Amino acid sequence: MTISANHTAHDPGPQTVNADPVAEAVRKFGITVEDYMLPARHQIQMVDPGGRLKPDSEQGTEPGHEYPLPGAEELLAAYEQLVIGRRVNDQNSALVRQGRMAVYPSSHGQEACQVAAALCLSEGDWMFPTYRDSVAVMARGVDPVQTMTLFRGDWHSGYDPMKHRVGIQCTPLTTQLLHAVGVAHAAKLRGENTVVLAMCGDGATSEGDFHEALNFAAVFHLPVVFFVQNNKYAISVPLAHQSVAPSLAHKAVGYGMAGERVDGNDVVALLAVLDRAVKLARDGSGPLLVEANTYRMQAHTNADDATRYRQDSEVAEWLAKDPVSRMKTYLTGRGLLDDETDFRIAEKAEAIATRLRDGLGEDVPVDPQDLFRHVFASPTPQLLEQSAMLADELAREESSGEGAK
Amino acid sequence: MSPTVTTSSEANGNVSAATARAAASAAATAEAEGPQPVTMAKALNTAMADAMQADPSVLVFGEDVGMLGGVFRITDGLTKTFGEQRCFDTPLAESGIVGMAVGMAMNGMRPVIEMQFDAFAYPAFEQIVSHVAKMHNRTKGALKLPLVIRVPYAGGIGGVEHHCDSSESYYAHTAGLKVFTPATVADGYRMLREAIDSDDPVMFMEPKKLYWSKDMVDLEELREQHSANVAAGTSSEGRAAVARPGTDATLIAYGPSVPTALAAAAAAAEEGRSLEVIDVRTIVPFDDETVSASVRKTGRAVVIAEAHGFASVSSEIVARIQERCFHYLAAPIRRVTGFDVPYPAPKLEHYYLPSVDRILDAVDDLQWED
Repeated sequence: MTISANHTAHDPGPQTVNADPVAEAVRKFGITVEDYMLPARHQIQMVDPGGRLKPDSEQGTEPGHEYPLPGAEELLAAYEQLVIGRRVNDQNSALVRQGRMAVYPSSHGQEACQVAAALCLSEGDWMFPTYRDSVAVMARGVDPVQTMTLFRGDWHSGYDPMKHRVGIQCTPLTTQLLHAVGVAHAAKLRGENTVVLAMCGDGATSEGDFHEALNFAAVFHLPVVFFVQNNKYAISVPLAHQSVAPSLAHKAVGYGMAGERVDGNDVVALLAVLDRAVKLARDGSGPLLVEANTYRMQAHTNADDATRYRQDSEVAEWLAKDPVSRMKTYLTGRGLLDDETDFRIAEKAEAIATRLRDGLGEDVPVDPQDLFRHVFASPTPQLLEQSAMLADELAREESSGEGAK
Repeated sequence: MSPTVTTSSEANGNVSAATARAAASAAATAEAEGPQPVTMAKALNTAMADAMQADPSVLVFGEDVGMLGGVFRITDGLTKTFGEQRCFDTPLAESGIVGMAVGMAMNGMRPVIEMQFDAFAYPAFEQIVSHVAKMHNRTKGALKLPLVIRVPYAGGIGGVEHHCDSSESYYAHTAGLKVFTPATVADGYRMLREAIDSDDPVMFMEPKKLYWSKDMVDLEELREQHSANVAAGTSSEGRAAVARPGTDATLIAYGPSVPTALAAAAAAAEEGRSLEVIDVRTIVPFDDETVSASVRKTGRAVVIAEAHGFASVSSEIVARIQERCFHYLAAPIRRVTGFDVPYPAPKLEHYYLPSVDRILDAVDDLQWED
């Protein structure tokens, strides 16, 4: 899979940046620092649910919140990943229903957020995903089967975070945001111009570590883009029970960082907003907060029953805002997508689905000694003892089994 | 104006520049030769300074550790010597400190972080248990977390509530953490250097009542020993120490309880009883070998700890001795621990803490007449 869009060469890093984006915006547009940090009055939307590009005046942009339309190449790369992401989500859900995978928190309906999160980063950047961000992890280049190891159940994680610069998918909410802050801090101390994208959901913004991570990132002036996918539910609890802030993006100003909200089902607007956020962070603006307004189309996981807490009519309303079909209509209308290209993309997605079916259908052998092997870099005598005990127990089982034959 | 609070002008430099300054500064503060009276605070401080000088990826941060030098002054002078990039204050949030340290350790640094007091580390518990302890295992060793979490712990200083907890059992119970606790000045230096060198995360429990205790110590010799050990690939991790040899019974203690056990052994000697004192040093990994050898020799054991006795490190030690030394025991193993009550107010703490008399009473109960 392709990883990132073709970004222009990096600036040399924060040390040499002269222009403070806030001061520049304040001077250029005659706005206050608070105006700059607060999100625009309306969410940024470039392509409407019908797949039509909105006129500039209706995109939600305003002075200090200006977003250029991403280039054609990036848009097509995004569409390809959208189609793959949708196929991956649906394939994985099917594998759970067939009992071939323990659980899968699907991002069906949130694929635009997943794809934009991966595409906005350059190769040396880091991403810190949650358990629902498997599609983003794959779009960043991690092998699909390795990505699913957590849910297959043979280990807690299947890929090397250092290799892909992707944190392991995190379950304890927002704890990974602080790891993102630490990675960015270490990079900054070494003078590297790494940007870190830190992902969480709407419910997670209630956690204490959300606050601590945003505050640490702001105080240490670190290049972290916090990306909140507001999919409206934390398992069953609606957003209104998490926060009564005007929007989650409004929380940014309290930390002294800029916030923005964007239509989370419009991948064009997402790319525009995230690309700019990443660029600003890389240029030394400090952290930013982006809230994507989206919807979790399916239940929390297969173990959840969404009909107990939300109406079908609400789901239907969001079905009409689907990110994949919207992008297809838009690109086709612009002449960037024809049937042949679409067919080629669908084939690619199908190949990945096949790889998932094959990879997750295999009965993966597990090694019981892995229980002990990785607890410490340098093991304790107690663990060596326990490891020998289990080995002995298994050897005796095997020999008594052979004896019975 | 910048949208966020900026760090000092140094924040835009890089680590190696700070290291060069540090080397120049460290050279100017040579120590007196030979053994000198040294406090544990000084030994810990020197261990961090030496580690920072040896390795530019060693960073120190926490609450008040910068210009103030920590509320116990353990980080005194580190900011001045190594610059604000390498020893710095953080916002007042313990989960943030540990969580950020996890990310920094993932990305090539060796953070040494301070939790200001034992009970103030609890907000960081989730980061410690769910990430610090599990990251290496979860990633099958792809991610190492060379991270030291320093925790001033335990009582005996007349501190008000939330300042005197013995929290070591929480950490010792968590698979994936190493738990060190020095009881002597030399171990303060030696063990902190080894903790910083370790590729595993270490909970470094500092008995705060021993911060100002002094031993005759030659820091230069300790430094040379450390370098020699590193060169030879050896470490004292997982080795208990025989703090006082004896033949009649074994007292097993760690951290703040070691001096109390030694005082009890000295008092017992006057009554004609020879007590061996074992200083556990590293709770994880635990040195079964040294403890078992001593108890097999003496046939009697008392385990001493400030922490509540119920479901604690002291109960674990008793269980391990019982499993390994049952047939050598002349009497049931006794424990002298804190009562199972929240840590008491200053005027009541002397009723709670293990004392020489309470240890001697326990020794007297070891069925000497049978």
